[in-house]
Amino acid sequence: MSFFSFGQSAEIDIVLNDAETKKKVEHKTEDGKKDKYFLFYDGETVSGKVNVTLKNPGKRLEHQGIKIEFIGQIELYYDRGNHHEFVSLVKDLARPGELTQSQTFDFEFTHVEKPYESYTGQNVKLRYFLRATISRRLNDISKEMDIVVHTLSTYPELNSSIKMEVGIEDCLHIEFEYNKSKYHLKDVIVGKIYFLLVRIKIKHMEIDIIKRETTGTGPNVYHENDTIAKYEIMDGAPVRGESIPIRLFLAGYEMTPTMRDINKKFSVRYYLNLVLIDEEERRYFKQQEITLWRKGDIVRKSMSHQAAIASQRFEGSSNNEKAVAQNKEDSN
Amino acid sequence: MTYPMSEAAVADTRRLNSKPQDLTDAYGPPSNFLEIDVYNPQTIGVGRNRFTTYEVRMRTNLPIFKLKESCVRRRYSDFEWLKNELERDSKIVVPPLPGKALKRQLPFRGDEGIFEESFIEERRVGLEQFINRIAGHPLAQNERCLHIFLQEESIDRNYIPGKVRQ
Repeated sequence: MSFFSFGQSAEIDIVLNDAETKKKVEHKTEDGKKDKYFLFYDGETVSGKVNVTLKNPGKRLEHQGIKIEFIGQIELYYDRGNHHEFVSLVKDLARPGELTQSQTFDFEFTHVEKPYESYTGQNVKLRYFLRATISRRLNDISKEMDIVVHTLSTYPELNSSIKMEVGIEDCLHIEFEYNKSKYHLKDVIVGKIYFLLVRIKIKHMEIDIIKRETTGTGPNVYHENDTIAKYEIMDGAPVRGESIPIRLFLAGYEMTPTMRDINKKFSVRYYLNLVLIDEEERRYFKQQEITLWRKGDIVRKSMSHQAAIASQRFEGSSNNEKAVAQNKEDSN
Repeated sequence: MTYPMSEAAVADTRRLNSKPQDLTDAYGPPSNFLEIDVYNPQTIGVGRNRFTTYEVRMRTNLPIFKLKESCVRRRYSDFEWLKNELERDSKIVVPPLPGKALKRQLPFRGDEGIFEESFIEERRVGLEQFINRIAGHPLAQNERCLHIFLQEESIDRNYIPGKVRQ
């Protein structure tokens, strides 16, 4: 901020090259509001232009260099001063000198590694942003532009169901089953609760999704639990031999993929909590971790397309049309 | 010719397979039958030595209780004894008893004090809620004191505290 009415200042504006066509996604800010940001994936190039507009036309802007940085960092709320940067790239746009008129600089960060997903949580934030800086003797002028990164996975090879018998001896025995241990964010949890022994008076049963954000290490570990969903699956008293079905659609809830020990700084894990409540409001529960992952819409298309090309190479031309038509159908 | 494995456009949400339920289980008596009534208050004695007893009747099919039907007479201090025993020995959070009503025991009241009909009824309801809350608790069901309270004619205050096994 300039305290003098004379002297020169400038406004910086960062514009991405494919701003018109690039997809934007909603992402929660620290104060709970939702904003839209450009979406990037790991390995994607980040390129664009930095527009420097002089505030007082005609006057020169002296500077010690103009640069743009691409930064990925983790910020723990209880330790704001220390930003843990896990990605830090810089491009010099101009050597020290002076600007006599407004100018535009091109930049390109090629195939940038973005190993983690953007995350804004209760005690920690992981963000990626571009920062253009005009260095000056007294005060720098800078502008930041946040982007959001999603990490994609494909269907896991191994995805066993979760099946367990639990209970309180001689009072309550149940067997619960969930069809998978790894679910994508738009998946459905299909399961069942089978009652083996019921000697208590159950009033109803629900299944909750709990998000646990863990920050800190060693003796300073802190868990923040948040119940994302509560879904009643049974109302009334079951008896032995009854089987209660579960069908819980995850797309309706705001969740992130499971994040384990991100840069050794934090984790975000999800648990299914099966809760039975008896007539005296006593709660009996069993928690089970599930792994959440993000399925890409893009990945499938490109894989099918690559597979179509591969099949053309090995199967002979007579099957080409069939393969291409099949893939057209699949990707629709 | 192998085509790329494409995932289903819509997830499979069909129910998981389960064993059909045995009809005797479905329509037979449930395994959690437990009913305790606190009723028929009677004030015994004369003058300053009066006290009120309540009938505590229990009907159950839970295997942990030796008697499937029992009926005993208990007074307020017996409920207090049970509460104290459970607070000391078990891990449960013991629900509150209806009040001791010390004010009602002071002299020069215009009414019958703790022998007032409305008060006895209020207390009876509170005691019934109390005992039902406890008796249904899986951890309390293991305590000797609960079984003595519900099923033995008189409470032996010198009993040996401990757990009951099925």
